[in-house]
Amino acid sequence: MGKTIINLFYEPSTRTRSSFELAAKRLSADIVNFNKQTSSVVKGESFKDTILNLEAMNPDAIIIRHSASGAPHFATTFCQPKIINAGDGAHEHPTQALLDAFTIRQEKKSFKDLRVIIVGDILHSRVARSNIFLLKILGASVVLVGPPALLPVEFKKFGVEIDFNLDRAIKGADVVMMLRIQMERQTKNFFPSIREYRNLYSLTEKRFHQAKKNAIIMHPGPINRGVEISSDMADSAKSVILKQVENGIAVRMAVLYLLLGGKEREAID
Amino acid sequence: MRLLIKNGRVIDPSSKTDDTLDLLIEKGKIVDIKAKIETKGAKVIDASNLVVTPGFIDMHTHLREPGQEDKETIATGALAAAKGGFTSIACMPNTDPVNDNRGVTEYILSEAKKNALVNIFPIASITKDQAGKELIDMADLADAGAIAFSDDGFPVEDSQVMRRALEYSRILNTPIIDHCEDKKLSNEGVMHEGYYSYFFGLKGIPASSEETMVARDIILAKKADVPIHIAHLSVKGAVNIIKEAKKKNVKVTTEVTPHHLFLTDSHLENYDTNLKVNPPLRSKEDAQALIKAVKEGVVDVFATDHAPHTLDEKDVEFDKAPFGINGLETAVSLFLDKLVTKNVISLQKFIGMISTAPALILGLENKGKICVGADADITILNLHKEIVVDVNTFKSKSKNNPFQGWKLRGIPAMTIVGGKIVYSSASLENFK
Repeated sequence: MGKTIINLFYEPSTRTRSSFELAAKRLSADIVNFNKQTSSVVKGESFKDTILNLEAMNPDAIIIRHSASGAPHFATTFCQPKIINAGDGAHEHPTQALLDAFTIRQEKKSFKDLRVIIVGDILHSRVARSNIFLLKILGASVVLVGPPALLPVEFKKFGVEIDFNLDRAIKGADVVMMLRIQMERQTKNFFPSIREYRNLYSLTEKRFHQAKKNAIIMHPGPINRGVEISSDMADSAKSVILKQVENGIAVRMAVLYLLLGGKEREAID
Repeated sequence: MRLLIKNGRVIDPSSKTDDTLDLLIEKGKIVDIKAKIETKGAKVIDASNLVVTPGFIDMHTHLREPGQEDKETIATGALAAAKGGFTSIACMPNTDPVNDNRGVTEYILSEAKKNALVNIFPIASITKDQAGKELIDMADLADAGAIAFSDDGFPVEDSQVMRRALEYSRILNTPIIDHCEDKKLSNEGVMHEGYYSYFFGLKGIPASSEETMVARDIILAKKADVPIHIAHLSVKGAVNIIKEAKKKNVKVTTEVTPHHLFLTDSHLENYDTNLKVNPPLRSKEDAQALIKAVKEGVVDVFATDHAPHTLDEKDVEFDKAPFGINGLETAVSLFLDKLVTKNVISLQKFIGMISTAPALILGLENKGKICVGADADITILNLHKEIVVDVNTFKSKSKNNPFQGWKLRGIPAMTIVGGKIVYSSASLENFK
């Protein structure tokens, strides 16, 4: 398609970065991978100057992953190329929500009356936020589950239910979406210990039995086996975790195609 | 030089004056106040249709000198103050080096004498290097000219140290100004914790971070039986604590800034770093509680917390930007437009909260009032003139002000310090 795309990742990433890269390549776009560690960022070049310099090379789009919430939004205030948010801080991860919704739609007939539970570190999760917003638009009911310090009650205002008890919340769930628990949260006392977290919030076979019979297991990755999810659950037939990764490429191809000038009609045909 | 201000509406809250009067100024003092003063050889200012008030005092500014002259200097900060209608400003000690010794205080005062258009009153820190461990030589600093003590943005965490500072302040007649924040609770937050911080994915600073410190320090001040001034009040819970303390006759006073009254956390939707400030812009409910507290007299003082930062420092990701709003040149117009013009509070009350009250708290005996013998620090207001805020016209070295483009009615038309006109808006001439 004769377009140039820059993959600007300020944070480590396996899935999203590779997925965008492959999506661009499958569309025959030229993609340049920017690695923070081997860039002039380590010499102290600012985010703004980095973008302005990359912009001078005339890319059509810049895909941004950044640890600061609002960084892609900030970029749109001073540069011309299309900015695609590949995850910013604890704010949003829009393409993850799109690929999650795409995956759910493959497995379920409709979003209406679907009970989706999102379990874990809601407070710091951009995946949770984007999923909440999209799933609400699509008509699903969303239940957030986690320990109180990682699940502020203000989240109710997003039109979701919250529950601190996974055993209760998982009953009747159609989709069980587990979030990665970052080990460093424990040192800040968001919860007492990984052992305690596992006892209360890990997805085990016994717990999963309480969900609907045809429920599916999702996870945006990377997974901590034996922490938020047991290995047998992650690898079970009910798990669509790798399916999510596979779908990620198709969804990101669609995003790039549509944002870089493709027509929706052609895309569907 | 003698100065005669004629036909102005003179408002002096300390004497409950509100009348059309003439004012004669000589050798830096007010020497006569009468319905009609006839005199020869004085420069005459026609203040018809203007309001003549005691000079405004901003008891909370950051002048950045010494050490951070790229943001502001004593001279540019004073110029901004003059344009903003302030005749006196008190500057916080978080310079580089920190104002924790006589040398720095004397440096600020000597620079002020040489280069500042308005009166500069240095505030010294409470502890050495604002580190919260060892008290500074408070009596020595008070003697050198420090008008108050505050560790401002690095509030004293150790309760014992704070207790000792308050106890010691008893022998000095120099108040302690308290930025109330439990940094552990703030936990590197960048905005008010609540619905919007969760929505924007930004780290939150909870209301409890301020409330717990306000409660602690009121308890300590009460025990020590000394005054304490709570800086930039921002949350409803703290308002309630102060209200209760005042009922029990604790000597607590407090101030509020324009940004905490007129902006809320929902305004951060575009991650505008000019809105990043500490304490953060709080919820709508908090802002409403602050306005109510102003009306009820729980809040004593209007202050700016003028905190200049360079364009480059603010032109970054929200998380990386420094906290602070550049406020000296917009505060008065904001208060006049949002509170006085809209009849939320009376003009007399406004003037009292921005001149009389800070003068009393800081012990500035000859300021904050218009009477024979008082310092000739005068602010003249034009209540009818409308302006559109434009940071490019700022006298401050920095432009980090979030009110850009706001249309406001009411401006400082002239600022007189020690009998000298230090600022006059073009509108004054046009108005005549």
